[in-house]
Amino acid sequence: MTEAKRDILGFLLFAAAVLIAPFFFADSYILNVLVFVGINTLLAVALNLLLGFAGQISLGHAAFFGLGAYISGVMTAAHSFDPWLAMLIAAVSTGVAAFIIGFPILKLKGHYLAMATLGFGIIVYIVFNETVDLTGGPSGLPGIPNLSLGEFSFDNDIKNFYLIWAFTLLAMRISLNLYRSRIGRALRAIHDSEVAARVAGVNVKNLKVQIFTMSAVISALAGSLYAHTMTFISPASFGFNFSVELVTMVIIGGLGSVYGSFMGAAILTLLPEFLRIFHDYDIIVYGLLLILIIMFMPGGLAGGFRTALERLSRSRKQGAD
Amino acid sequence: MLEIRGMTKKFGGLIALDDVSMSVGKGSITGIIGPNGAGKTTLFNIVTGLYTRSSGEVYLEGTDVSGYAPENLARLGLVRTFQNVELFGRMTVLENVMVGLHTRSRSGIFSCSLKWPTHIMEEKRIRDEAMQRLEFTGMTGIADIPAGSLPFGMGRRLEIARALAPGPKIMLMDEPAAGLNSRETLDLADLIRKIRDAGTTVVLVEHDMELVMDVCETIVVLNLGRKLAEGAPREIQENPAVIAAYLGEE
Ligand SMILES: Nc1ncnc2c1ncn2[C@@H]1O[C@H](COP(=O)(O)OP(=O)(O)OP(=O)(O)O)[C@@H](O)[C@H]1O
Ligand SMILES: [Mg+2]
Repeated sequence: MTEAKRDILGFLLFAAAVLIAPFFFADSYILNVLVFVGINTLLAVALNLLLGFAGQISLGHAAFFGLGAYISGVMTAAHSFDPWLAMLIAAVSTGVAAFIIGFPILKLKGHYLAMATLGFGIIVYIVFNETVDLTGGPSGLPGIPNLSLGEFSFDNDIKNFYLIWAFTLLAMRISLNLYRSRIGRALRAIHDSEVAARVAGVNVKNLKVQIFTMSAVISALAGSLYAHTMTFISPASFGFNFSVELVTMVIIGGLGSVYGSFMGAAILTLLPEFLRIFHDYDIIVYGLLLILIIMFMPGGLAGGFRTALERLSRSRKQGAD
Repeated sequence: MLEIRGMTKKFGGLIALDDVSMSVGKGSITGIIGPNGAGKTTLFNIVTGLYTRSSGEVYLEGTDVSGYAPENLARLGLVRTFQNVELFGRMTVLENVMVGLHTRSRSGIFSCSLKWPTHIMEEKRIRDEAMQRLEFTGMTGIADIPAGSLPFGMGRRLEIARALAPGPKIMLMDEPAAGLNSRETLDLADLIRKIRDAGTTVVLVEHDMELVMDVCETIVVLNLGRKLAEGAPREIQENPAVIAAYLGEE
C-alpha cells in the first residue's frame, strides 16, 4: 500500500469511528465530554502546526481561543449579529491580529519566544477581565445564541458533537495534507535546522508568520464554536493554565503528529474524569501519568502507538513463518 | 562567477576577516585552506547571507549581492554545505532532498493544505527530481530512512545531494571530507569532479590537503583573517609564507 493510500484510508477509518461514536455513548454526560474532546483536539491540531511542525513555542494560544470566543460572544449576545457572520469576523480579525504581532514576536527564539507569547496571553486575559462593559468581566458573558442552519439549531450535545467534529476533522485533514507537502516540509525543516532551511531557500520569517496566523485562525474558530455551544463564557477558560494545557496535549500526543494531537487532547480531557475515583489525590496521579508518558514514550502517545503497531505486525509475521 | 572584494568581518574586537578579495571562475573548483580560526567558515557565512559583513562586497555573476538574505541567494543559484552537517534529522532522506528543491517549486500554504491539483502535479515532479539527485550521489535505496539515523559519511553525502537538488550555479562546501574514511574521501573527490562537470562551480574549504591538491585548480590560503596566498596547488605547496603559517600552527 502506498503512503498516499495509507494516509487516506487511515483518515477515513478515523472519521468513521468519530461519526459512529455517539451511538455507543448515548449517555449525555459522556457525549458532553466528547464535545470537549472535539474542541480540544481542534485546538491541539492548531497548535501542533506551530509547535509540532515548525518547532515554535506559544504559551499564549488560549488567547486566540479566547479572542474567537469573545468576538463571537459579544457580537451575537450584545449586538445580535448572525452567529455565522460573527464567527467569520472573529476568525478574520484574530488572524489579522496574529499576523501583525507575528512579525516582531516570531523573530524571537526558544525561551524568549515563550516569554513573549506568554506576555501576549496574559495581556489578552487581563483585557477580558477588565473591559467589564464589553465582556462582562470576571463574571462572564451569558446569553450567547446557538449556531443554526435555517430552522435547524445546534442546541443539544449530539448536534454540537457533529458540528464541532466536522470542523475538527477538516482541520485534521488539512494538517495531514500540509504535513506531506512543500510547505509542510519547509516547516519541519525550520524545526530541525533553521540555517539549513534558509540556505535551501525557505523564507523562514514569512513562513513562521503564515503558520502562526493559520494556527491562530483555527484556534479562533474553536473559540467561536465553544462560545456558541456553551452559550456562556468567562475569562477563566482562556488563561495561562489553559495555554500550558494545550502545549501539554501536543507534547504528550507527539510533536508533529496530527493523530497524536487528538490522542493528547483526548487523554488530557478524559483523564480528569477517570481520575475522580482518586478524590483528593487525582492531581498527583494525573501529574505522575504525564511524567510516565513523557519518560517512556519520547515520541509521545503517537510514537508509542506506532512502535506498538510495528511490534505487533513483526510478531505476527514471525508467527506466520 | 563569484567575486569577493575587500571583505572584512569584526566580531567585537576580533577581526575574523581582514580585507579579503578573491574571485572564482565559472566552472572551476577553487579551494580555500588555512589553519583553524583562519576565517574560512566566516567567509562562507557572509557570502551565503547568514552573517552581516563589516565591509566589503560580494558579486554573483556580476551583480552586487552583498547583504542579500540566504533564501534570495538560494533562488539565484548559490548553495552550500556545512562544517557541522546540518540535516533535517527527523525527515526522510528523500524529504531532505525535496526541501533542497524549495526554490524550484512554488505551491503555497493554501494549495498545500487543500491538495490543489497543481500542488499534486508539482509534488510528483519534485519527488522524481529528488530521486534523480539521490541516484546522482549514489544514495538510492535509502530514500525513506530518517536522515538522523544515517552514518556520518552518508549524512555528508545527503547534504551534498540536498544542496545539488535545485541545479545550483555555485556550491560552497565547508570541510566535506571531515570525518570521512579514506575510501569515502576518494569517492568524494570523484563526486566533486562530477558535480563540476555537470555545470556547478565548486568552492571547497578543506583541511585534507591531499583532496584539495587533487581536485582544486586554484587555491586561496587564509591565515588569521588575511589572504596569505593564491595560486595553483603546486605554487601553494612551495610558497614559504604558507609553509610558515602551517608550521607555526604546529
Ligand atoms: N559567531 C561568532 N562570534 C564570534 N566569533 C566568531 C564567530 N564565528 C567565528 N568567530 C571567530 O572568528 C574566527 C574565524 O572563525 P572561522 O570559524 O571562520 O574559522 P575557520 O577558518 O572556519 O576554522 P576551522 O578550520 O576551525 O573551521 C575565529 O577566531 C572564531 O572564534
Ligand atoms: Mg570552519
